Amino acid sequence: MLQVSVYRYNPETDKAPYMQDFEIDTKGKDLMVLDVLALVKEKDNGMAYRRSCREGVCGSDGMNMNGKNGLACVTPLSEVVKGGKLVLRPLPGLPVIRDLVVDMSLFYQQYERIKPFLINDTPAPAIERLQTPEERDKLDGLYECILCACCSTSCPSFWWNPDKFVGPSGLLQAYRFLIDSRDTATRERLADLDDPFSVFRCRGIMNCVSVCPKGLNPTRAIGHIRDMLLANAT
Amino acid sequence: MVTNITNFGRSGLSDWLMQRISAVILLAYTLFMVGFFLLNPNLDYAAWSALFQCTLMRIFSLLALLSLAAHAWIGLWTVSTDYMKATGVRLVFQAVVALGLFAYVVWGVQVLWGA
Repeated sequence: MLQVSVYRYNPETDKAPYMQDFEIDTKGKDLMVLDVLALVKEKDNGMAYRRSCREGVCGSDGMNMNGKNGLACVTPLSEVVKGGKLVLRPLPGLPVIRDLVVDMSLFYQQYERIKPFLINDTPAPAIERLQTPEERDKLDGLYECILCACCSTSCPSFWWNPDKFVGPSGLLQAYRFLIDSRDTATRERLADLDDPFSVFRCRGIMNCVSVCPKGLNPTRAIGHIRDMLLANAT
Repeated sequence: MVTNITNFGRSGLSDWLMQRISAVILLAYTLFMVGFFLLNPNLDYAAWSALFQCTLMRIFSLLALLSLAAHAWIGLWTVSTDYMKATGVRLVFQAVVALGLFAYVVWGVQVLWGA
């Protein structure tokens, strides 16, 4: 039997959030946390959480499992359970809509701010803008982000200033477009980041790297952005 | 772009660079001081006074003092904008820190060139 403690909050009926305990029979299998949540939902129909692809591609079921952010669908119990107990909480730092469902607006606002699309002011070619294999290689480790928000919501700098600090996820994407050979707005993009909050609130504690379910490294991307800002301004 | 008027250099990049450079200067000053104390185990007033009679030492000390003030301002400004969400509290804290650092710099100049 697995002890599962789940964060519950329904703003329509509850005055304050509380933790609810469930006894779940995993039948000795090393289930994914998302499977356990399905078993919890069998016991309590009102449990709310997001899920879609259930294979680590869509990024819907980011949550805090025994204190560490991750995707419930690709996190086996053996990886997180300590002492037969599993504690599930919503992603930290974002407003809770209900149970494990958080309001991602602040996260998306920061993503929108870095203009996550190619900007190119040269005439469009007849077919497509070509890249050399070397230029394309630079996007590896950047484009794979699925926007699950595990990194940004594990970052204290994002907790304190989610309206001003872009956050690891947004900055990874910012670098993805800064380094793209087909993008011509590098200077404008850099100018938008050169304030004390957007990039420089990163203190390099690397929580983002430790939780990213895709194994990406936002801290390194932030370092590259800083180097580009420095090269551009000195 | 996020705007600010109370940070050190008006740009995040300049604050960041200043924080790094001042840290290197403070490290150099600390190493020099530790080395000086190790080489002079029986330090007396005459030797200490002679050290600070040297103009180069005074320049180095003033540089370290200014670095300390800049470093402390950037650091404490960051802490205040992270943790103090009420504008009044934050402004009062920043004013107290700025005033304190200013007093220390003036006092430090007086100590270095006063004797």
